[in-house]
Amino acid sequence: MSTALHNLVNQPYKHGFVTDIETEAVPKGLSEDVIRLISKKKNEPEWLLEFRLQAYRHWLTMEEPSWANVNYPKIDFQDIIYFAQPKPKKQLASMDEVDPELRRTFEKLGVPLHEQKLMTGVAVDVIFDSVSVTTTYKAKLAEIGIIFCSFSEAVRDYPDLVKQYLGSVVPSGDNFYAALNSAVFTDGSFCFIPKGTKCPMDLSTYFRINTEGSGQFERTLIIAEEGSSVCYLEGCTAPQFDTNQLHAAVVELVALDNADIKYSTVQNWYAGDENGKGGIYNFVTKRGLCKGINSKISWTQVETGSAITWKYPSCVLLGDNSIGEFYSVALTNHLQQADTGTKMIHVGKNTRSKIIAKGISAGRSNNSYRGLVKVGSRAAGARNYSQCDSMLIGDRCIANTFPTIDVQNTTATIEHEASTSKIGEDQMFFFAQRGIGSEEAISMIINGFCKDVFVHLPMEFAVEATKLLGLKLEGSVG
Amino acid sequence: MINKDSKVLLEVKNLRAEVGGVQILKGVDLTIRTGEVHAIMGINGSGKSTFSKVLAGHPDYAVTGGTASFEGKDLFSLEPEERARAGLFLAFQYPVEIPGVSNSALLRLAYNTLQSERGLEELDPLEFEDLVQEKLKVVEMDPSFLGRSVNEGFSGGEKKRNEILQMAVLAPRLAILDETDSGLDIDALRIVANGVNSLLSPDNAVVMVTHYQRLLNYIVPDYVHVMDGGRIVRTGDKNLALELEARGYDWLRAAA
Repeated sequence: MSTALHNLVNQPYKHGFVTDIETEAVPKGLSEDVIRLISKKKNEPEWLLEFRLQAYRHWLTMEEPSWANVNYPKIDFQDIIYFAQPKPKKQLASMDEVDPELRRTFEKLGVPLHEQKLMTGVAVDVIFDSVSVTTTYKAKLAEIGIIFCSFSEAVRDYPDLVKQYLGSVVPSGDNFYAALNSAVFTDGSFCFIPKGTKCPMDLSTYFRINTEGSGQFERTLIIAEEGSSVCYLEGCTAPQFDTNQLHAAVVELVALDNADIKYSTVQNWYAGDENGKGGIYNFVTKRGLCKGINSKISWTQVETGSAITWKYPSCVLLGDNSIGEFYSVALTNHLQQADTGTKMIHVGKNTRSKIIAKGISAGRSNNSYRGLVKVGSRAAGARNYSQCDSMLIGDRCIANTFPTIDVQNTTATIEHEASTSKIGEDQMFFFAQRGIGSEEAISMIINGFCKDVFVHLPMEFAVEATKLLGLKLEGSVG
Repeated sequence: MINKDSKVLLEVKNLRAEVGGVQILKGVDLTIRTGEVHAIMGINGSGKSTFSKVLAGHPDYAVTGGTASFEGKDLFSLEPEERARAGLFLAFQYPVEIPGVSNSALLRLAYNTLQSERGLEELDPLEFEDLVQEKLKVVEMDPSFLGRSVNEGFSGGEKKRNEILQMAVLAPRLAILDETDSGLDIDALRIVANGVNSLLSPDNAVVMVTHYQRLLNYIVPDYVHVMDGGRIVRTGDKNLALELEARGYDWLRAAA
């Protein structure tokens, strides 16, 4: 390997710093008392505490799923801090009251907290450890009836909406991690787009896990009423710790008649070092319900960071003529493991879904696509197109595809395409022989490979994703 | 065209190289001046493809002795991409496919990298389009090839023409064609040869590595070298190639 490549391999994770800020955390471990404590700290209404306790009791009866193609030591759920928040906790009336240390952290991460600096027109909700720190542009959005706030604020200010939709897409007992999240979730983002409103700016949430040994369990709920539309972006980073941190989020999307939700994620949690030490365990349940006719939910994700990714953003296509889309790039390097994909559940008539999944494996990593396309008996005229491409870099990594197709209606049309390719030494030598250095060569190959997904990302995310993938892969060929 | 006063482009002395611990080149000497066309012939395993890969800097091959200077620079002190930017071009025997990367994007990046290396202006996509349209004519390629992924789904002949298109765009000082004629039908051979001929000038040089005399009917060499056992064992003019065609390689080995 050349020196330049060697240096690039050892390039540190640039978001791996820890912010020196006093945090208030509940003791490690999980029990009904801890849940009551969390609920109390957050001044929650009784019904929400009940929701949590019910989820917790259900969770106790459940088994950690073992069907995914990932291996990790058993998680000790009593060794996790379930709630950590920056101190002091007081009501923040304006941006200027945010802890300056915290503000510097987000500036370092490139999240613009100052509204004055917000030239890009993106409204941001920032989640630090478990607590939503601030939501920008809130007032401006409120003028046209859009609610964009932290989940805690939504519980306080719009309890009826939360009560109506919480758990309506991902029930509290849906799966092991969703149940855990339902029991202990601490904060997250809430977004409500009223009837006929097109959200004039992209809404964005930035997640950051800071405290060592803490888990992050955020909850996101997005509701798009009849004829409305919204574009939502999610970014994630974490500091570099030797221990593994658990991230078990739940995201629920509801689209009513003719509504349109576009949800994009660039996930760059800390992946652990090249020997697989440390990193985030990312067990996330994301699901969208196309409840109304002609509704549309589109997931775009770029997954690069976690030590383990277990994530299947899905669409339940209930309304007739509704559309579900999934565009994904999942990259694994070193000893990372990813088992990710989607589920498209066709229930209504003439529902359509499209899956474009690109997996890139490098180092000694293991990258699996797992997908389900299910067409119910009433879903006449349903259509699905799936394309799953894998790219291998080097000869010690693994790529798998596990597509499941379950069709119960004879009028459905299902297409599935798959390919596997490899970036090898010969390709790199070819680029070099044409005067193109390894950095640019990898970036060009990866961009070409991911093109079909990147076009669905908002511009600034696409640029970031391109750089991120290049950075993650440099040095993996050579 | 031989002109003893022209500049020395490449001077290789006593070059030794190995791959996977096996010594393949055992002392190659070769001098190439601008304006010259060389052919290197020899049986399989004689070292001729190794020779071209070593010059281009393929990472699998290790130089174990000897020197090579390219326009006065120590070739082996340069990384493969630096050699390319210095004007050394290798047309591959087996061109690789690069899925998802369009031919035009690759050509433009390679071209602009060279331009900036030479302190010249880089071209934007529209300006480059004009340039590349002209170059397509050199290899009689359809413009639709520009939008396709590099070599993906190309026939053997199309891949080889694509190599020559890259050569036309990059205008190297020294082009090494590694068995560019293999797998070509007679029409494709003629197109490739015409392309190469049109790119020859008194300022550059071409080395053809080939098994067969056939290509040399179209691109007439000034020198023909025969490699055997990792060395150049005989050098002659184009008549040497004809003689090899008629008599095979054995008579030469017996003589040597």
